[in-house]
Amino acid sequence: MPERVAKTGNDAAAYALKQINPDVVAAYPITPQTELMHKFAEYVADGDVDTEFVQVESEHSAMSAVVGASLAGARCCTATSSAGLALMWEILYVASGSRCPIVMPLVNRALSSPINIHCDHSDSMGARDSGWLQLYAENSQEAYDNVLQAVRIAEHPDVMLPTMATLDGFILSHTIEALEVNEDDVAKEFIGEYKRDYSLIDVENPSTFGPLALQNYYFEYKKQQIDAMDAARDVVLEVGREYGELTGRDYGFLDSYKCEDADVIMVGLGSTMGTAKEAADRVRSENGIAAGVLKVRCFRPFPASEIADALSGASAIGVMDRSVSFGLGGPLYHEVRSAMYGSQTPTADFIYGLGGRDIPLGDLKDIFVQLDEIRKEGKAEPDVRYVGLRE
Amino acid sequence: MSKKLMTKSEMMPGTVTEAGSAAALNTGAWRTYAPLTDFEKCTDCMICWVYCPDSAIAVKERKKLGTDFQYCKGCGICAVECPVDCIEMKLDSDVTEAEMESEKPQPRG
Repeated sequence: MPERVAKTGNDAAAYALKQINPDVVAAYPITPQTELMHKFAEYVADGDVDTEFVQVESEHSAMSAVVGASLAGARCCTATSSAGLALMWEILYVASGSRCPIVMPLVNRALSSPINIHCDHSDSMGARDSGWLQLYAENSQEAYDNVLQAVRIAEHPDVMLPTMATLDGFILSHTIEALEVNEDDVAKEFIGEYKRDYSLIDVENPSTFGPLALQNYYFEYKKQQIDAMDAARDVVLEVGREYGELTGRDYGFLDSYKCEDADVIMVGLGSTMGTAKEAADRVRSENGIAAGVLKVRCFRPFPASEIADALSGASAIGVMDRSVSFGLGGPLYHEVRSAMYGSQTPTADFIYGLGGRDIPLGDLKDIFVQLDEIRKEGKAEPDVRYVGLRE
Repeated sequence: MSKKLMTKSEMMPGTVTEAGSAAALNTGAWRTYAPLTDFEKCTDCMICWVYCPDSAIAVKERKKLGTDFQYCKGCGICAVECPVDCIEMKLDSDVTEAEMESEKPQPRG
């Protein structure tokens, strides 16, 4: 029987790593991820896993170590946050280009400067073009479930791409919640065995890894990555369905909450979407606004047509961005607008929560009220709004 | 290279399924300056062989045989390090056929 336990988000992700029992984990501490690998290191010290745990001198080395081990045929994991992800940058692309199905919990944190240890999505959003799949969690349950599913998705023969499973720093990583965990053997059977066709240490059949490919071959390798990311769409859905049959918790690209009859819909990522569901219920009963919430669970590959379908009945849309592309705006907003190409539905971008700025229930209710006004006016002016900012 | 290039579907993702394929790459084509050795002055000290980053100095039984122009990129490290100044870097386009022929690995007296 699955067990109901109380865990922080970090602890939940570490518990998933314990059940994965990776061959190799290389990691370097950074707030707010530190506790996650601290917990995993305890599993190593207690002999609960067989993992070769490599304590490296930087995140660049952490990612390099797992790339090498992955090419040798090992199942590999690491974890990081913020500046740690930034330091991995060069090797993020090596991991995806070398087709290493590394699984990495990413505990979202703002990037310096100014130095800030709290949650926003600047770190993962910056890496959205790095060829990694990205899954976002609303709560610790989803963080745990996503890490397990990430293994299956990443290692699928049609995919073979690295995958990050994100969770909001502190809001999820350091908050204790109740969640249901699978029995060890159930989790083990679900993730299955990992086998790589070509291995760095197969001296009988030597191959070349991390090759040079110039004008003559590079383009074909990149198209293979594009194809793999497209193939991942079916795999994300297939694995989510199978996980649903196993646990009763279905996963897809999106989580649609009361969108079917909604006039106004809020789109967003991560923990804020939990509060947004409560806000939608409140404005439905208190303000008579038919509000809905569309949570994007899978950001890469980007489910553009599914988002367009889910939003097709709305008269006003608000996109919540916990990061900003300077000189453009919110990345999620621009991708949603692109997905909605041709639609005349007024859509506003709500940039919020940078550096962990709190987004309380009242702010989210107010956003629904603003969206209702946008609906009545038939236009979103201004189309970019900053939530909880002192101008 | 006249060899027919593989298509995307023929290629193993992220991997080259043969080892040592870099040997076929004519990196010598990147060269601007060519090293020319004065074998009268050369003492076979092996310093150029130690320093060459592309293993382009051909040697046999502690004798320098010449330079492998398939891989020599013309970086000039050998000329800088040579303790008896017997290597001259010359603009590749000015190198005569005779000079090129004389630098090619071959048994030296």
